[in-house]
Amino acid sequence: MAESEQSQRRSRRDEVDEELSELPTTDTAKKDELDADVDSLLDEIDDVLEVNAEEFVRSFVQKGGQ
Amino acid sequence: MLRVMQEPHVSDPSRGRVLGIETEYGISALGQPVGEELHPMQLSNHVVKAYAAYASGPGAGRDAGWDYETESPLRDVRGYEVARNQAHPDQLTDSDLGMANVILTNGARLYVDHAHPEYSSPEVTSARAVVRYDQAGDRVMAIAAEQATQRLGRPVRLYKNNTDGKGASYGTHENYLLDRQTPFDRIVSQFTPFLVSRQVVTGAGRVGIGQASETAGFQLSQRADFFEAEVGLETTLNRPIINTRDEPHADAARHRRLHVITGDANRSEISTYLKVGTAALVLQMIEAGTLGVGPAGAGLRLLRAVPAMQQVSHDPSCTALLALADGRRMTAVDLQQVYLDACLRWLDGRGADLPDAQRRENADLVTRWQEVLDTLRDDPTRLADRLDWVAKLALLESYRQRDGLGWDAAKLSLIDLQYADVSPQRSLYAALVRRGSLQRLLDDAEIEAARTQPPTDTRAYFRGRVMDKFSADVVAASWDSVIFDVPGRPALQRVPLLDPLRGTQEQVGELLDRCDDVASLFDALGR
Repeated sequence: MAESEQSQRRSRRDEVDEELSELPTTDTAKKDELDADVDSLLDEIDDVLEVNAEEFVRSFVQKGGQ
Repeated sequence: MLRVMQEPHVSDPSRGRVLGIETEYGISALGQPVGEELHPMQLSNHVVKAYAAYASGPGAGRDAGWDYETESPLRDVRGYEVARNQAHPDQLTDSDLGMANVILTNGARLYVDHAHPEYSSPEVTSARAVVRYDQAGDRVMAIAAEQATQRLGRPVRLYKNNTDGKGASYGTHENYLLDRQTPFDRIVSQFTPFLVSRQVVTGAGRVGIGQASETAGFQLSQRADFFEAEVGLETTLNRPIINTRDEPHADAARHRRLHVITGDANRSEISTYLKVGTAALVLQMIEAGTLGVGPAGAGLRLLRAVPAMQQVSHDPSCTALLALADGRRMTAVDLQQVYLDACLRWLDGRGADLPDAQRRENADLVTRWQEVLDTLRDDPTRLADRLDWVAKLALLESYRQRDGLGWDAAKLSLIDLQYADVSPQRSLYAALVRRGSLQRLLDDAEIEAARTQPPTDTRAYFRGRVMDKFSADVVAASWDSVIFDVPGRPALQRVPLLDPLRGTQEQVGELLDRCDDVASLFDALGR
């Protein structure tokens, strides 16, 4: 993965973290570990998601089947 | 050997079950077309042909044509036949209009059906084998999409899902061969509540509520909103919970093939295993006539099955109470428990008569089924490691939380769609499996073997082996026949395969190994 992409994503996540920082959090190590796991999963998925979700979803039109 | 394959069987309770599954895949081509935009039927045709060309090396199937002689899609088990000129064109599934139709060396059929590429698995005798051949179908489609992408010069996507979220639905159908002596009204009354309630186990998960996603939100099933009748012959309009198509692909005097059209297309191996395994078990018990015996099972009928189908699907908490005809109210999980308890009683009694392999699988099935029901009562989110709908919901909730998305966000619909992409690189299901987030039943090597090799214990063995070895001489084939053009013989030779449990490796394996050409095969057959 290109380094610039990595830092881009990291900064986007930081923004989200800031927005969420007012929410109450339970500060256990286990929860942090789980959160990190989810974060890395979503990062991985962000890399493979089709670009332009709105247009992609709109153009997925099927003929009916059985 | 032909005598072996045609001999009428003596009714024997220890005979294996016969099951199969078929899926119509969602399809789209991205980017600008070179000329005119392809009709989805033509696009599907390209996909099937691309796979056929890819496979035409070793392990090939071929475009052998389909033998429609014994197909009867308009015959209804209730005893009448729809006139062809009164039928909706969608119901005329026995004419292929020149569309690609490939019989694969694993005994499956790959073809174009209703503007979708469809993979119909070979006949097998266990739920685990259904999973193996179902997953092999996903591999076939992944390769087909790659190959079609190269040939067309545009990215082609295939999805193992059942709706576009805009009003269209396409099916995943399970097939169970039953004894014709079982009264059909018993199947209708006793199997319907099972099909309605099983969505808590078998749902693939869907973003959007209503046929055209009129309401934002998440529901358990891809298919639930598309059912409009309790019983009927149609599969494409006014869809019924119990489908009455009477096309056994076997001796119609002994068998009926129950065509179950309510199921979702599952990616999770465990979901498929439980979907097919529990249904097969429940059907065996219904055939044995023991469901209505216990106090809980007596009179187990839903007051209104079609709305109940939607009620279950629209309730991710799995706590909604369904109204029964006798006034009781029950959750879908408790309804499933009634069936599971009845299966346990039946297995305790009849279990000893079943073949070993079936007994072992049943024991594994009921254990997993009970675990899932217990966990659904306790905390459904803990099943994210097993069931498609829970895994998908967990992923969606993570995105909602991180990105602050409402259920109407396009990104969530994309995640729903891309969970089902058959490409191992793009599929979100595959991403979860790679991280070890979803349990598996099989390993990749088993699935890859099933992509090219037939099951050994049904007639699919004969079909697959002859497609591998003698495909140049096969003129046409169907579920219950293969037609050969044998060099030196003036007439085409039709080998009937009416009994799904004949034509096995045990019966014909050595013969097929030994014969190097189709003429020597027919000499050996004594024809």
